[in-house]
Amino acid sequence: MWTFILRRLLQSAIVIIGVTLITFTALQMSGDPTYLYVSERATAEEIQRTREALGFDRPLAEQYLTFLGNLAQGNFGNSLSYKRPAIEAVMEALPATLELTLFAMFLAIVVAIPLGVVASLNRGSPADGSVMTVAMLGQSIPSFWLGIMMIMFFGLQLRILPISGHVPFIEPLVHGNFAEALTNLPQALYYLVMPGFAVAFYSISRNARLVRSSMLEVLGQDFVRTARAKGISESAVVIRHALRNAWLPVVTMIGLEFGFLIGGVVVVEIVFSWPGLGRLVFNAVNQRDIPVVQAAVVILALVFIALNLIVDLVYARIDPRVKL
Amino acid sequence: MSVESAVQAPAIVTRPISHRRREFRRAIRSMVQAKWPLVATLILLCVAFAAIFGPWIVPNDPNRQDIMMRLADPLTQGRRNAFFLLGTDGLGRDVFSRLLYGARISLLVGICAILVGGTIGVIAGLVAGYFGGWIDDLIMRLGDIQLAFPFILLAIMFLVILGPGVFNIIIVLGVGQWVTYARIVRAQTLSLREKEYVEAARALGDSTPFIIFRTILPNIIAPLTVIASFNVASVILSEASLSFLGLGVPPSVPTWGAMLADSRDQLMANKWWLALFPGMAIVFTVLSFNILGDWLRDFLDPRLKTMA
Repeated sequence: MWTFILRRLLQSAIVIIGVTLITFTALQMSGDPTYLYVSERATAEEIQRTREALGFDRPLAEQYLTFLGNLAQGNFGNSLSYKRPAIEAVMEALPATLELTLFAMFLAIVVAIPLGVVASLNRGSPADGSVMTVAMLGQSIPSFWLGIMMIMFFGLQLRILPISGHVPFIEPLVHGNFAEALTNLPQALYYLVMPGFAVAFYSISRNARLVRSSMLEVLGQDFVRTARAKGISESAVVIRHALRNAWLPVVTMIGLEFGFLIGGVVVVEIVFSWPGLGRLVFNAVNQRDIPVVQAAVVILALVFIALNLIVDLVYARIDPRVKL
Repeated sequence: MSVESAVQAPAIVTRPISHRRREFRRAIRSMVQAKWPLVATLILLCVAFAAIFGPWIVPNDPNRQDIMMRLADPLTQGRRNAFFLLGTDGLGRDVFSRLLYGARISLLVGICAILVGGTIGVIAGLVAGYFGGWIDDLIMRLGDIQLAFPFILLAIMFLVILGPGVFNIIIVLGVGQWVTYARIVRAQTLSLREKEYVEAARALGDSTPFIIFRTILPNIIAPLTVIASFNVASVILSEASLSFLGLGVPPSVPTWGAMLADSRDQLMANKWWLALFPGMAIVFTVLSFNILGDWLRDFLDPRLKTMA
């Protein structure tokens, strides 16, 4: 178990070094990165001063090591537009993004599994057909467009769901304020429904298809027939025997899916004015605020790697065949 | 078997038809039988037509602003014989014309990015699979690192630094795709490498590049078409997201994603056509590629049909 965690941590470290190398290379590809850190009206003197202050006049290898050192201390430099450390702005926006991502992940599992199971048990029926049709559609709809359409329909036409706004849940939790987090929860969920669903729809579709096909495979196997032959009730066969095996591929997918969800979160946040990393990156992109973009990318990569590690551990826990 | 095909059967025997043509006919027949792939093909042909002939078929200049005709409803008759089938946007530009033009960028980026990613991936996979050893390790670990990271973030970072533009977006999205191809090609190459006919080619003294590209490659192309079809769909979605973020192509080039970004300004004013039509264009195009991919997979490997 511990060797497994150690090995995965080592792999993660390699990935992180890879990420930093890419981030660093990206900066160098722009030619002289100094120009990304000064305003367009900067004088030659100012540019030279910035170049020296940021160390862009030193050898590349030295620059990279300094870059790594700064990164390890969470120092991405000052945000160009907020005039404060970029990492601060990123950490402030992180909880809202985590709320949205985790809620979308939750939806992607909780909605997809029953859909996939129902479809597989009624193979070829209208129920199966409609689940599969919706799933096919779900994999073709851009999440941000779904968000816009939901805002128009549920927010502006029916007026039953809020089109923007956010009630913090994770933030009070982090500060140890459990009572506040708990009282905030219903409101937080109310604001999460639309953006969460917009982000999750793609994953719900993919997972529903995945559960269906893996259920169909498992249902055809001998141990299911044996279970039925023993006279166990059909629901017990489905839940205890078939589903337990069928949802393993879904768990494998979840870790990978998180990367995909992040992509959706970044754009959906903009649609719903969600105060998370996506909106921060979007504004930073428009102002060419490179330190903020870099900090956000690296932090999200870390979160991604951490979540993948957790998924691996969970997987080993629920599938006794996997030895750590 | 229908009467028609029964009558046709002897004709095939008497008139030799090449294997390739017979395969093609089988594909067409299977497509017509399954119905939806046929519809998808027709939709994609329409999109391709709009993309290729856009400048000649648009009713209005997609970038011409007409302040007097701002936010006109669909089916509005404008001045100087201009007719706005799908209405106009906040700057008075014709939504329908912009929609037709948008097909260009989506298809161009979708297809070119797959060509870029596919080429890199196929070569990397062939090399890794054929030679093995440290080069195999190096290539596949590089792929692992890339997959261990949400790609859209890298794309955002590169495009912020490199600046928007069709070429940049094709390269960035293309590079994002290579791992899938490399993995599949490598696995196939590993098994083909030991086959007798490859052995024979080696014994005959064929050069290594010849063996790799002319003996092995043709035998692994088929499964790649399935991946490519699904990939075009996801690249079009990514391009739309990046355009929506303002990281796509310059604002003067109409794209579906950028149209949706513009529509947000008019969201509260309930100008539904600004958001509805570009979104539908994306959905129909992506859906068609997905349906074709599904069908192609079943067609090339009927065994999978029972599972999916």
